[in-house]
Amino acid sequence: MALDKNDIAKRIAKEVKDKYYVNLGIGIPTLVANYVREDISVEFQSENGVLGMGPFPFEGEEDADVINAGKQTITTLPGASFFDSAFSFGMIRSQKVDLTILGAMEVAENGDIANWKIPGKMVKGMGGAMDLVASAENIIVAMMHVNKAGESKILKRCTLPLTGVGCVKKVVTELAVLEITPKGFKLLERAPGVSVEHIIASTEADLIIEGDIPEMNLN
Amino acid sequence: MINKKVNNVQEALQGIESSMTIMLGGFGLSGIPENSIAELVQLNVTDLTCISNNAGVDDFGLGLLLQKKQIKKMISSYVGENAEFERQMLSGELDVELTPQGTLAEKCRAAQAGIPAFFTPAGYGTEVAEGKEAREFNGKMHIMEEAYKADFSIVKAWKGDAAGNLIFKGTARNFNACMAGAAKITIAEVEELVPVGALDPNQIHIPGIMVQRIFQGEKFEKRIEQRTVRQKA
Repeated sequence: MALDKNDIAKRIAKEVKDKYYVNLGIGIPTLVANYVREDISVEFQSENGVLGMGPFPFEGEEDADVINAGKQTITTLPGASFFDSAFSFGMIRSQKVDLTILGAMEVAENGDIANWKIPGKMVKGMGGAMDLVASAENIIVAMMHVNKAGESKILKRCTLPLTGVGCVKKVVTELAVLEITPKGFKLLERAPGVSVEHIIASTEADLIIEGDIPEMNLN
Repeated sequence: MINKKVNNVQEALQGIESSMTIMLGGFGLSGIPENSIAELVQLNVTDLTCISNNAGVDDFGLGLLLQKKQIKKMISSYVGENAEFERQMLSGELDVELTPQGTLAEKCRAAQAGIPAFFTPAGYGTEVAEGKEAREFNGKMHIMEEAYKADFSIVKAWKGDAAGNLIFKGTARNFNACMAGAAKITIAEVEELVPVGALDPNQIHIPGIMVQRIFQGEKFEKRIEQRTVRQKA
């Protein structure tokens, strides 16, 4: 059975390791914070200028001056800090942030990613995504494997305007966990109950498949 | 002490004319100079080029200037929350220069710091890089980006004094700290203008030398864009 958004977030949370500084994008990536193990030390960075983000505030305690990059009201945890936008992207460019998790419209087997524009139809802007993907060493994409029309978003080459080139390392979708290797997408894991054949049929790009492909562990 | 205090927003915005380039601080609706934006609407200046990370929402922030078609060109990184913006952009009424957020911040900071240009990897290999010089440093490709040149910079701070010193609160610091001193004239709109000497020099985020005019805003709505809360257990 294909995963829902929370399950995708749950699987990605397993990639978050002790002492990591992590930047979470808008959408599914934001949910990852809910599933990170409680016995490890992790700090969440939001590019609008905060490290040490906590959960949403209790009702009545929202502060217009304390938000995340998704413009949602947040809280801070002990040890948190605020800084300006230039400083924030300074720490991103100089690779102080260990893991970047973001969404995408398309990912290609060469590591290219597109997530900011559909020419003539939708232009929201790249926000901080271009800066993040150009500098981060460890980038995981959280996305749906196919679009609403049933077409694969895991491609040989991106068709939409790019956000970054050759940067994505891993992709987690409702169907599979894929690693991007110099030879293309390698199938690492499949969603519980989803067959390898189904993943192949849902993927435009070629897949490298070696041996038995285990099911994702979501516990 | 060199006195930067002006009495009101009208005095603060003197000299702003149509066709000028203006930087405006804020991220989303957080930390936007809302009193100054309201006054720009009143002044009815047009053909503005605005450098601002976002464009407000339909009925608040820079969305108010967009509604009245006062903006000719927007330089932003993300405009997803504003339907009128998207409509004007897709129809070609509004010229839009979408810029990666970190690059936008650094182009402000460079102007503030007297650096004419810099190299960044952001946008290399994308349409953002078109027409820009590309160069390899440490085995990685970068593109050259130039500092902004703006006539006015309008920033919003939490507290300030007549010397122009500024302190920000929370994530409302965002682009405000990068834009202070990044234009020919910087206007600071503060929630609270305190007596000179009341601010601890150790705590000041932006020294007064970066600010030419400072005033206390008459009222701050401080609208929240995405009110997210959790329930008490």
